[in-house]
Amino acid sequence: MKRQVPLVLCFVFGIAMIFTQFSPHSFSQGIYEEVISWALIIGPFALVLATVTLIQTHTTRIRRRTEHWQYSLVVFAGLIIMVLIGIFFTPQNSVFEWLYNNVQLPMDATMFSLLAFFIASAAYRAFRARTFEASLLLITALIVMMGNVPIGDLLSNDTASKARQWILDNPNLSARRGIILGVSLGVISQSIRIILGIERSYLGGGD
Amino acid sequence: MDRRIVFILVALAVIIPMLLSVNLPVSVSSPTQKFYDYVEALPAGSTIMIAFDYGPSSLAELNPMAIALLKQCFDKDIRVIGITLVADAPTLASALIQEVAAEKAAVEGEDYVFLGFRPGTVQVILGMGTDIASVYDTDYNGTAISEIPMMQNITNYDQIDLLVDFASSDTIESWIIYANVQYNQKIAAGVTGVIIAQMFPYLQTGQLVGLLSGILGAAEYENLVGVPAKGMQWINVESFVHLLIVGLVIIGNITYLIMRREE
Repeated sequence: MKRQVPLVLCFVFGIAMIFTQFSPHSFSQGIYEEVISWALIIGPFALVLATVTLIQTHTTRIRRRTEHWQYSLVVFAGLIIMVLIGIFFTPQNSVFEWLYNNVQLPMDATMFSLLAFFIASAAYRAFRARTFEASLLLITALIVMMGNVPIGDLLSNDTASKARQWILDNPNLSARRGIILGVSLGVISQSIRIILGIERSYLGGGD
Repeated sequence: MDRRIVFILVALAVIIPMLLSVNLPVSVSSPTQKFYDYVEALPAGSTIMIAFDYGPSSLAELNPMAIALLKQCFDKDIRVIGITLVADAPTLASALIQEVAAEKAAVEGEDYVFLGFRPGTVQVILGMGTDIASVYDTDYNGTAISEIPMMQNITNYDQIDLLVDFASSDTIESWIIYANVQYNQKIAAGVTGVIIAQMFPYLQTGQLVGLLSGILGAAEYENLVGVPAKGMQWINVESFVHLLIVGLVIIGNITYLIMRREE
């Protein structure tokens, strides 16, 4: 029962939603709109699930006193403070906005900014022309990097940006399209397997 | 070379051009030009929906292009509906729109509205195709959609002339799959430099009418709109950082080749 009901629901809704894509009839479109409304209600539950998982993970860390467990207390402090202010005083509240603008925003920006330093260091250490393929990648990367900034055009008389654009428009586009087609075919086949009940891993283990 | 020296060099490559206010000429790439031309061709009274799908970490790259577009819209009397699919974006997006609106004397509810965040990317995109009010019954400030003057004649994507997604993740692909393919919504995008390569297939098929690429795209757009600001300033800084990294990679490879020969 625990497995049959989700399988039947998945089959019925999967087939119904496929048919709504091929039928412009008002009945079919009514079903489509109704299901979308349900999905809008179900969607926020993902947030609840994520929050519960976050709480469970950090509670375990604190209880077991794992390395750097003190940071889990900071996670709870941030979570509780922001949620309480958001719920009781709305996100337009000046305290909520102050915390966002003066804590979250600079911390997020700093984390991302640090990437520039690590990328520079990693590029210097690891970007080596060891093989033909690595050399090809290296040359392409250097052209794209120089084509991505005005100084590249200044030094190459506009050649860098044209070469970058050609790389993005041709080899890059071809490779990306191949990936998209492959992924799409995989998604279609996986969806059919789920709708027909062949793929059941989403139900979890056990009966 | 010790990596601390690399870090110091990167810091200097950022700080020195900022202090010297270097100004390099910026040419405009074809995807940016297409974006600008599409917006420019819209008549006054048109409506653009802007999705601010990025958090504070990508603000440096995406805020400048969003500001330039908002200025262009308000100058041309194009109405703007702001939304976001990212939970930590509403505060920054709301502040950004209000800042530009105040500068351009745009009126909230008449020239622009910010609807805020709703969870569930796909459901939100599909839901707005049927009825925006079914997803957003109120705006970010809690005003009922039915009481907002500029929303009176806007029901779904049929009344949206262009959707612009400023994104730092794969939300743009969701917009293309569900809003463009399902509802034929015209879409343009401004994305961070790291995901730009993924966008070119959609540009070639016409599913994206235009594309802004990271801080370079922002600088190009500011150039076109005629409001040089942060984008122009930061692309100059980025120029020197890129030059430094290219130099480091070349030095690293020369050293590697010498060492290999010696072995």
